[in-house]
Amino acid sequence: MSRFARPALELGAPVLLLVAVAAIATSLKQTTQLEFENALVMVAIVVALYVFVGNSGVISFGHVSFVAAGAYLSGLASIEPQTKAFTTPGLFGPLRHAHVGVVPSLALAAAVGAAYALVVGLLLMRLSGLPAGIATFAVLGITYNAIYYWNKIGPGAQTLTSVPSVGPWLLSVGAIICAVVAYAYQTSRFGRRLRASREDPAAARSVGVDIYRERVLAFTLSGALAGFAGGLHVHQFGVITPGDYYLDLTFVTLAMLVFGGVGSLWGAVVGALAISALNSFLGDAENTVHVGFRLTLPNGTRLVTVGAVMALVLILRPSGLTGGREFGLRFLAGRRPRGASASTSTDLA
Amino acid sequence: MNVVNWGQTIADAVALGAIYGVVALGIGLVFGVLRLVNFAYGEVITFGGYTLYLVGTKYQAPAAAAIAACIAACIAMSLLQELLAFRPLRRRGATTATMLVATFAISFLLQAIYLLGFGSRGDIVGVLGQLNTAVTIGSTDIRWISIVEVAAGVALLLVTAALLGKTSIGLHIRAAAADFRTARILGVRANGVIGASFVVSGILAAAVAILYTVSNPLVTPDFGVQITIFALIGVVVGGLERLWTATLGGFVVGFVYGFFGDALSSAHSIYLPSVVYGLVILVLLLRPVGLFAPFRPQQVERV
Repeated sequence: MSRFARPALELGAPVLLLVAVAAIATSLKQTTQLEFENALVMVAIVVALYVFVGNSGVISFGHVSFVAAGAYLSGLASIEPQTKAFTTPGLFGPLRHAHVGVVPSLALAAAVGAAYALVVGLLLMRLSGLPAGIATFAVLGITYNAIYYWNKIGPGAQTLTSVPSVGPWLLSVGAIICAVVAYAYQTSRFGRRLRASREDPAAARSVGVDIYRERVLAFTLSGALAGFAGGLHVHQFGVITPGDYYLDLTFVTLAMLVFGGVGSLWGAVVGALAISALNSFLGDAENTVHVGFRLTLPNGTRLVTVGAVMALVLILRPSGLTGGREFGLRFLAGRRPRGASASTSTDLA
Repeated sequence: MNVVNWGQTIADAVALGAIYGVVALGIGLVFGVLRLVNFAYGEVITFGGYTLYLVGTKYQAPAAAAIAACIAACIAMSLLQELLAFRPLRRRGATTATMLVATFAISFLLQAIYLLGFGSRGDIVGVLGQLNTAVTIGSTDIRWISIVEVAAGVALLLVTAALLGKTSIGLHIRAAAADFRTARILGVRANGVIGASFVVSGILAAAVAILYTVSNPLVTPDFGVQITIFALIGVVVGGLERLWTATLGGFVVGFVYGFFGDALSSAHSIYLPSVVYGLVILVLLLRPVGLFAPFRPQQVERV
C-alpha cells in the first residue's frame, strides 16, 4: 500500500461510518433519530477512553468523571442566566452569569476535562494494573459525590434541564473530531512511544521513553476528549442527573471498548456503534417492533441481553470483535506488511 | 449537632466493620489464588438475600431452612461464576484487567437478571428479624445483631484461617496462592483448589447475606454493589497480598464508614465517601502494598 493509502483507510473507515450514521439519523422519525444521536455521543466517549486505555494498556475507571465535568460545565454555561437564577441559585458567580453558545461551551467542556485529567494524571500516572484501576475508580467516586451534593457547581441531586439541544450533524462532527484527534495522536511520535511502553515497558524505557510523562500526556488528551464528549452528551440529552455519570456509564463505555477491541480506533468506534445498535433495537422491541413479524419482548430483556452479549464476547473473545486491528482491506493490500501491524498486543496490562 | 451515644455508635461501627471484613475475606481469598478481583461478588451476596426472601419470607419456611438454602444458593452462584466465566477466561489467557472488566460485565448481567425476576422496588427479608432487639449494657443499648455480627466475623476469620493453615486443601490453596505454576508442577490440582476457594468465598457471601439482611432487610437488585465496592477498597487499602491484611482493611473501611456516618451530622457526612476515596488514593500513592502489609519494594508496580 502507498504511504497515504493506509492512514486514509484507517481513519477514513470510521469517519465514513460516523457520517453515515448521521445521514441515516436525519432521515428518520424523532424517536429513532434520538437513538442514532445517542450512538454518536457514545462513540465520542468511547474514543476518548480509547486514547488513554488503548494506547497505554492501563485501565481507567475514572474517565466518566471528565465526561461529567464537561457535561455539567457545558450545560450550565449554555443555559440563560435568568433561568439559572431560578433553578440553580447556589452556583459560583462566573458559572451563574456565563452564557455562551453551544460550540464555545464544547470548547469549555474540553478545557475543563483536560485540566481535571491533568491534575489526576500527575497524581496517579505512576500506578499501573490493579492499583491504577482502584485509584481511578476513587476519582469517579469523588466526582459523583461532589456533583451529587455540592450545589455551587451544579443543581446537585436535582435534574439539570433546559440545556439547548443540537441535531445529529453537530454530534457527528463532534464524534469525527474525537476520531481524528485520536488517530493523529496514535500515529504521532507521542502515541508511538506510549504504545511501545504498552508492549514492553522495560524495552521502551531502554530506548529513552519516559513512561510517566507519556501517560500523563495521553491521560490529559483523553480527558479533554472525554470532557468534549460530555458536552455533546448534555446537548444531546438536554436533561441530566448525577446518576447518568456513574457506574452504569463507566461500565457500558468500558465494555463497548473491550467489545470492539481495546487496541484500535476502529475497535472503539465499532464497539460503541454495535452495542448502541443492540441496545436501541432491544429497547424498541420491548415496545413491539416489526421485523417481518411482530416482536414484543418483556420489559427488562434489553438489559439482560446486552449484559449477556457483552459478557459472552468478553469471555469468548477477550481481544474484542476487531482483535485490536485497525480497519484494512487485506485482500487489496495483499500480504500484511511485516512488523507494521497496527497492534500486536490487544490485552490490557 | 445531634447527640451521639458513643457506646452505641462504636458498637454499630464495629459490627459494620465485621461485615465488611467478611466480604473482604471472601474477595481476598479468591484474589489470593487467582489474582482475580471479582466485582461480581456482590451479586453472590444479593443472590443469597433473594434466597432468604423466597424461602424464609415468601414461603414461610423455618429460619434454619432459609439459612441452609441461602448457603447452598451462594455456593452454587459462586461456583457458577467460576465455571461459566472465570475458567473459560483463564483458558484464553486473559489478563487481570480484562478479567476485571469481565467481572463488571457479569455483575451488570446478574443485576439485570435480578431486575427482570424481582423488579426494582425490593423485597423485605424477615428471617432473624428478632435479632434487632436490643440488650442494655450500662447506659448503651446494643442490638443483638451487632453482637452476632462481630462474633460471626471473628469466628469466620478463625475458621477460614484454620482451614487454610491446618488442612491439606488449605495447604494446596496457599501453595497455589504463592506460586500457581510451581504448585501445579508439584501435583496440586489447580481446578480443585480454585473450586474450593470459590466454595469458601460462597459460604462467606452467604454469611454476609444472612447477617446484613437483619439490619438492612430491603433486598434490591443492587443490594450487594455498595458493600462490595467498599470491601474492595478495604482489601486494596489493607493489602491485597495477605488474607489478614485484606480482612483488616475491610474492617477498617467499614468501621470508619459506620463511625463517621453516625458521629457526623448529615451536613458533614454527605462528603464522607469523598473523604474515604481520597484516603484510598493517598494510601495507593504512599503505601501501595497496603497499610498493614510489610513493605517490600519489589512488589510495587511503578513506572
